[in-house]
Amino acid sequence: MTCEETEILLHALIDNELDAGHAREVEAHVATCARCAAKLAAYRDMRDATRGVTLRHVAPAKLRATIEREIPSPTRATSRRALLKGFALGGVVSAAAAASVAFVVVKQDRDSRILGETISAHLRSLQADHLTDVLSSDQHTVKPWFNGRIDLAPPVVDLTAQGFTLVGGRLDYIDGKPVAAIVYRRRVHVINLFVGQGLGPPLPAPRLEMVQGFNILRWNDQGLTLMAVSDLNRDELEEFKAKFDAAARGG
Amino acid sequence: MTAHGSVVAEGRMVLGEDSKAQRFRAAALPHLDDVYTLARYLLRNTADAEDAAQECYLRAFRHFETFRGGSIKPWLLAILRNVCRAEYARRGALAVVTDDLDSAEQRAEGLWGEGGETPEQSTLRRLDADAVQRLIARLPDAFRETLVLREINELSYREIAEVIGAPVGTVMSRLARARALLRDLWLAEEKDS
Repeated sequence: MTCEETEILLHALIDNELDAGHAREVEAHVATCARCAAKLAAYRDMRDATRGVTLRHVAPAKLRATIEREIPSPTRATSRRALLKGFALGGVVSAAAAASVAFVVVKQDRDSRILGETISAHLRSLQADHLTDVLSSDQHTVKPWFNGRIDLAPPVVDLTAQGFTLVGGRLDYIDGKPVAAIVYRRRVHVINLFVGQGLGPPLPAPRLEMVQGFNILRWNDQGLTLMAVSDLNRDELEEFKAKFDAAARGG
Repeated sequence: MTAHGSVVAEGRMVLGEDSKAQRFRAAALPHLDDVYTLARYLLRNTADAEDAAQECYLRAFRHFETFRGGSIKPWLLAILRNVCRAEYARRGALAVVTDDLDSAEQRAEGLWGEGGETPEQSTLRRLDADAVQRLIARLPDAFRETLVLREINELSYREIAEVIGAPVGTVMSRLARARALLRDLWLAEEKDS
């Protein structure tokens, strides 16, 4: 890692935004670079200097009252009967609504973080010399390479004949967990197929999403989560999955 | 919250419009201090900040259907930011803001110099809240907003990216420069006093 990269990433380290792998890389660089170590210390000191200083403002009561008044209040004209009926339902509805909202919030927060980290991992892989740890178009070289490096056996299949060239494999981190990244190429497009356990919600059916301009197609198979990420269009990414599935079953 | 209590007690949750107001109040009002705080830092003026926060809540309520779940705070702060940018435009300051950003990005580029020297002083003198707020107020708009969203509104990088409509990489570089500039201003302040 260079000083230039560290200059940016040490903030992410302070802010606890780095995945475990990159946090270790930044720390390793800082351990050997006095200049970056001094910067890290300086920014930590600035954070300490602002801690305990009240930089937030409190909204004036007058403003709060104005806003409360301007959001339409419940209509006043309702019959007694409707009111009683509504009361019974209201209790049930609000509890159910609160429960489902809390559920959705928790799930989406973690899920959007996982999707974000997946995109970051994909982007990092596109930087020079980051794509593969094991460079081979031979599935019998790539698959055993993961042995002992990760606690699962990722399905590695060669799809060269089907138009998706196997480039190699790599160990990556998503959601603080090691994942296998199997790298394919179609024309100039790179596909990272991330394979991990317990990444995101259970997926009863494959799910295709567009995140930050990339397509992510993810699905579950035999207790594993597979996420194919690429700037390929949706159709070709789905074609990739279909061919991958067919070859994985066949092999 | 009293509004919440009274609505449930009167049992109007089942009516569409009431239910929307109810959900909006419960979800959005707890973030008023965050909205107001960002408005204060962006506009640097109490009266304008109050107007902006009020406008933000009206717009947010009007467009509450477009809120797609997840955390509501970044959604609200994005609306507030749009309101503030409209206010910048009204003040006729938009051109200044853009120039300011470019030159500031260039100036921030060379912080801590190309000389490769190690920054010597690593402990800043403690300042009170007013003094720190004055230093933050002097940061160019784009850096100030990123710094405040991170340090004071306590958003994650992804949430900040959502609010300012820029990639996470931009958030990271702006934050790095914002902190470098702030530290620079802080050290200069110590020298002056």
